[in-house]
Amino acid sequence: MPKYFFWKIALLIWLTLVIVAGLLMPMVPVPHAWYELPIIPALEDKARIIFFHVPMSWTTLVAFIASMVYGILFLKTKKMDYDLRSVSAAGLGTMFCVLATVTGSIWAKFNWGSFWNWDPRETSIFVLLLIYGAYFTLRSAIDVDEKKATLSAVYSVIAGVTAPFFIFVMPRIMTGLHPGAKGDEAGSTPVAQLHMPANMQVVFFASIVGFTLLYFWFFNLKVRSARLEQSIHQP
Amino acid sequence: MKPLFAPSYHIFLKDSRSELRTRYALNALFMFVVTALSVILFSLGSESVSSDVLAGMLWVIIFFSSMSGLSRTFVSEEERGTVPTLQLIARPTPVYVGKLFFNFVLTFSLNVVIALLYIIFINNFVVSSEAIFWTTIFLGSCAIASSSTIIAAIIAKANTKGTLYPVLSFPILLPMLITVIKATQLSIEGAFFEEALGEFQILVSYTVVVVAVSVILFEFVWKD
Repeated sequence: MPKYFFWKIALLIWLTLVIVAGLLMPMVPVPHAWYELPIIPALEDKARIIFFHVPMSWTTLVAFIASMVYGILFLKTKKMDYDLRSVSAAGLGTMFCVLATVTGSIWAKFNWGSFWNWDPRETSIFVLLLIYGAYFTLRSAIDVDEKKATLSAVYSVIAGVTAPFFIFVMPRIMTGLHPGAKGDEAGSTPVAQLHMPANMQVVFFASIVGFTLLYFWFFNLKVRSARLEQSIHQP
Repeated sequence: MKPLFAPSYHIFLKDSRSELRTRYALNALFMFVVTALSVILFSLGSESVSSDVLAGMLWVIIFFSSMSGLSRTFVSEEERGTVPTLQLIARPTPVYVGKLFFNFVLTFSLNVVIALLYIIFINNFVVSSEAIFWTTIFLGSCAIASSSTIIAAIIAKANTKGTLYPVLSFPILLPMLITVIKATQLSIEGAFFEEALGEFQILVSYTVVVVAVSVILFEFVWKD
């Protein structure tokens, strides 16, 4: 039996259930049964994206923080393994970031009429993409491995402390289009406000948990393959 | 308590002297600003543009002129091979503080020149609230100097220094750029000073956070 075999099977079933529930739970005007979701005016079936798009953004954030924490650990211990984990987390973060941006953008085309509107949350995910892009550009511009690890760790920490400023900056320049914004102040920040019925919350948080576990699985695979790759190059 | 101010001050003096002797950055930056302004003037022609757009363009000029000048402090040390000497004679923190102060003086004087030229040459750009405008220029210079100094220290160790600098700086500077553009718009609208206090608070806290983190992290960047 491979290690974590049951965990992987459990995650497979878990995420399948989330996808089935997210796509198939019927939306009715007045929900009675436990599986019925309310129709949200102006969103209707398009509201289902919340079960997939928001967990992707969440995972991007988890990866960003993980990359930064491993960067700090590298700076403290100077062990190259932490750098390896930091890059792996950043790589996965980039992937989830692109996924969240693309799904959000397609959804925006159908809901707001254009692919990109510079809504506060769109802007903040765009900045995350820029940070990831800059991070990998920096890494490719340095030859010595240890220097590469140190400088990219420093950069990720600086990016990590300046990014939260968007929470204060964004509400000052524009009102949010995102669902949950509805004219209230909190809606125009990059952090979502949740007003969901209980059964929707169950699916939503199940999806968040599922995506997070999926991230850790990916991360584990990526770190292991990166270690193998390293051992080939430096015997 | 290890001395901080005296060594920092000497690093600052050293940089200022070497800059005033060669005037490399000063000349290049001044010409850069003149070029950028004339490009904008020619592209505007006789068009009358809204003041919001002009406020944004002012900070575009400031951003790119900072990006072309502020990396000098660290890049020139690497190019001239004077890094080991500096590492011997001073501890990392004074080096950082000295360079930060030099960059601040450079960017602040540059921004004042840019702002004056901008007000003189662009007719539609009328500042109604001088206090807000000049406070924005001052705090904006602090914020730009704070983050561009540590990024300059990073890119000085990399291969493609010139192009890398704006790429790394932009995501870090964006929250600050959005804030200063907003504050500049307020100064054109002639808002009361109190209305811009929120923006100033963001700029001050941004500068404090970035400088604090830079002081901690600079040691890792600086030591080989």
